[in-house]
Amino acid sequence: MSMTATAGRAHADPHHIGLIIEHPGPAPKRIVTAYGFWIFLLSDIVMFSCFFAAYAVLAGQTAGGPKGSEIFEPKNVAIETVCLLLSSFTCGMASIAADVRNRFWFYLGMAVTCVLGLIFLAIEFREFADLVARGYGPSRSAFLTAFFSLVGCHGLHVSAGVLWLLTMMAQVFAKGFRADILRRMMCFALFWHALDIIWVAVFSVVYLLGSAP
Amino acid sequence: MLGKLDWSAIPFDQPIPLVAGAVVLVAILGVLAWVVVRGHLPYLWSEWITSVDHKRIGVMYVLLASVMLLRGGSDAIMMRIQQAVAYQSQGYLPPEHYNQIFSAHGTIMIFFVAMPFVIGLMNLIVPLQLGVRDVAFPTLNSVGFWLTATGALLVNISLVVGEFARTGWLAFPPLSELSYSPGVGVDYYAWSLQISGVGTLVAGINLVTTVLKLRTKGMNYLRMPMFCWTTLASNLLIVAAFPILTATLAMLLLDRYLGFHFFTNEAGGNVMMFMNLIWAWGHPEVYILVLPAFGIFSEVVSTFSGKALFGYRSMVLATMAICVISFMVWLHHFFTMGAGPDVNAIFGIASMIIAVPTGVKIYNWLFTMYGGRIRFATPMLWAVGFMVTFIVGGLTGVLLAVPPADFMLHNSMFLVAHFHNVIIGGVLFGAFAGFEYWFPKAFGFRLDERWGKAAFWFTFLGFFITFMPLYVAGMLGMTRRMQHYDVAAWRPWMLVAAVGMAVLTIGVICQIVQIVVSIRNREALRDRTGDPWDGRSLEWATSSPPPVFNFAFHPDVRGEDAYWEMKAHAKQQLLEHEEPEYQDIEMPRNSPTGFVCAFFATIMGFALIWHIWWMVILGGLGAFATFVVFAWRDHDEYVIPADEVARIDRTNLEERRSLVSMAGAV
Repeated sequence: MSMTATAGRAHADPHHIGLIIEHPGPAPKRIVTAYGFWIFLLSDIVMFSCFFAAYAVLAGQTAGGPKGSEIFEPKNVAIETVCLLLSSFTCGMASIAADVRNRFWFYLGMAVTCVLGLIFLAIEFREFADLVARGYGPSRSAFLTAFFSLVGCHGLHVSAGVLWLLTMMAQVFAKGFRADILRRMMCFALFWHALDIIWVAVFSVVYLLGSAP
Repeated sequence: MLGKLDWSAIPFDQPIPLVAGAVVLVAILGVLAWVVVRGHLPYLWSEWITSVDHKRIGVMYVLLASVMLLRGGSDAIMMRIQQAVAYQSQGYLPPEHYNQIFSAHGTIMIFFVAMPFVIGLMNLIVPLQLGVRDVAFPTLNSVGFWLTATGALLVNISLVVGEFARTGWLAFPPLSELSYSPGVGVDYYAWSLQISGVGTLVAGINLVTTVLKLRTKGMNYLRMPMFCWTTLASNLLIVAAFPILTATLAMLLLDRYLGFHFFTNEAGGNVMMFMNLIWAWGHPEVYILVLPAFGIFSEVVSTFSGKALFGYRSMVLATMAICVISFMVWLHHFFTMGAGPDVNAIFGIASMIIAVPTGVKIYNWLFTMYGGRIRFATPMLWAVGFMVTFIVGGLTGVLLAVPPADFMLHNSMFLVAHFHNVIIGGVLFGAFAGFEYWFPKAFGFRLDERWGKAAFWFTFLGFFITFMPLYVAGMLGMTRRMQHYDVAAWRPWMLVAAVGMAVLTIGVICQIVQIVVSIRNREALRDRTGDPWDGRSLEWATSSPPPVFNFAFHPDVRGEDAYWEMKAHAKQQLLEHEEPEYQDIEMPRNSPTGFVCAFFATIMGFALIWHIWWMVILGGLGAFATFVVFAWRDHDEYVIPADEVARIDRTNLEERRSLVSMAGAV
């Protein structure tokens, strides 16, 4: 028996709701991988939203400690933001280079992305270390708890992204632009851009709103 | 060197966990020794542990769930005995031990029984029903399973090394904060859930992608079997809800490990934020569990009534409605928080609204049965038993959704009876129905019907004898989680519940006997056709057990009940057909990535619980290295040659043709 069904029950669609377009079958691997990774990113955004919610609840709970406007340094945050947004651009360049199989521009794009990511992390680390040194660590108040967790969670994601980035460069170096490596590169690019979007939210919710006296 | 870990972690003074742990250890070592001595280890390693085949992983999930069901069930028996004897006395379980038992019981039953059971069945069946060869990400699937197993392992380690949480299965702060729970119990709880939660999320992403992107030709959304729809809804909920659990437990862990103030009483922490967050995950969670069960019942009722599912589209709509509304009712778990009458009223009404699509489903199943030729095989018994039981549980749920009533019944035994009524009557009955229904598909032989029916009746009656008294005790004012009590009026009901527990236990024993008897009689019970129940969806279109590639060709689907149509067509055409041209099939290669990754996750989890920091780093590096090694491999697929495919497919078709021709002769 071949796996072909009949023309189906005549009344399969009794009301003739719309035109039925026959499903063409399983999607190609590239689509499936990217789709699955999108779903993962959505779940990651849900996780971030919990930390955003916690921040919103706890932002006013300073317990006698400093408020946001007393500890945020807009200049540093501006540099951080520029770094991260620029790195999204260079990451995009690296993706294009990978698509056209150009190793030089791929390495260059990835290297610049990596450096920008590291600068971002260094500034963030300095901000955190400075706060802790002044006695404004995460244990000081619920506000600082929420602040360190939200911003730190993003920072951890960026760190993981840098690790992934270096692994991707090593993979391309060792294996070239193989189909599975290109799929991974696509996922990495999605991840990096998603972190940018989350940073825009962090920048707005934490630093911009928090700078108000 | 070893952080907080020393000899005092082993409870030498408490015989019960020590003996239980020793028994488990002996059992595990015994099984391992048997495996090694009989030379099964290479087979086990290459065919199961490293397998990325969705069917094998599904079976392993169900096996894990069954083993953990025995562990969680033992906890339940101990609690029922305790409450039966602890009237005006301390009973036989000291309070700190009793508290660990009810915490472990809830945690195990939800995370390591119900979850792996339904995820296992979805893994096993959904790709078959969709007519495809595997899930979207086979290796990740294996990673997900082994991480779930890691979580289960850590919970069991807590039995002998250290302690488990004494906080209840959701570890509410401030009780779960360091100041009130300084031991490692809450850490065991939180890390095992974090690790298994990653596994669950991976499974969720995998199944959502599978249903949305990997369907065979012509499998339009509105032709998918109901189980695929409920799988989609349930896994969408996993993707949307499990990150909330991860974030919430991460916050609790930050409080405990680094002195943060998310949920503490000091420095502006907010305890009620934990309740909101945890139940924003927790309520969708109950639908994550019960929606697949609804799907199983839809398949079972339709098959054993010999009719297409009544109101298929309304069923789809009801499923997706539940999927959305389940995110809008979480506050009914804490009406007593004092959010005010208007907030409570909104959530009360939302909770009643969600009963509507569930009611739609019940009527659809009833109308599917109406006018059908019903065969009361074991899966159908579980389905009918479910309908009766679940309606009772649903009604008491709607009662609890009324805020004024909830103020009376909050945290009482009435609540305990209610959620056992829906979880046992809904999820567990569904899991058992699916187990009986799809067992022949997974293993190639049926389960013994007599023992299966005995198991059903004992479980069904045992359930009512155990939990109906708890409703009464709740009405009489008995609160949950009582280690002992002095109220004479509650005593008889606790005694009845203990008797019910014994009946339930007989049900479980019947099920074990059923499996043993069936394995012994497997030749007589052999399913040669691949379609033992006269099924309607595509999983029955392939042999039992299916070949590793599931289908030699992607089936071409032209309507609902794809396989039913094919059978009808085959009869009309008198089976005249040309032999198709077989082609090579590429399948993903097995990989130890999942197992090795889980090994490092176990090390890391254990080290985190006991503050052994060098070991944490070691585990983390190991897990990362595992992924890099996986990413470095050059061949991720192997080819099954066309001749082999043809040979396997012809054997299957031969058996099947004889079946159809016999049916045609009648």
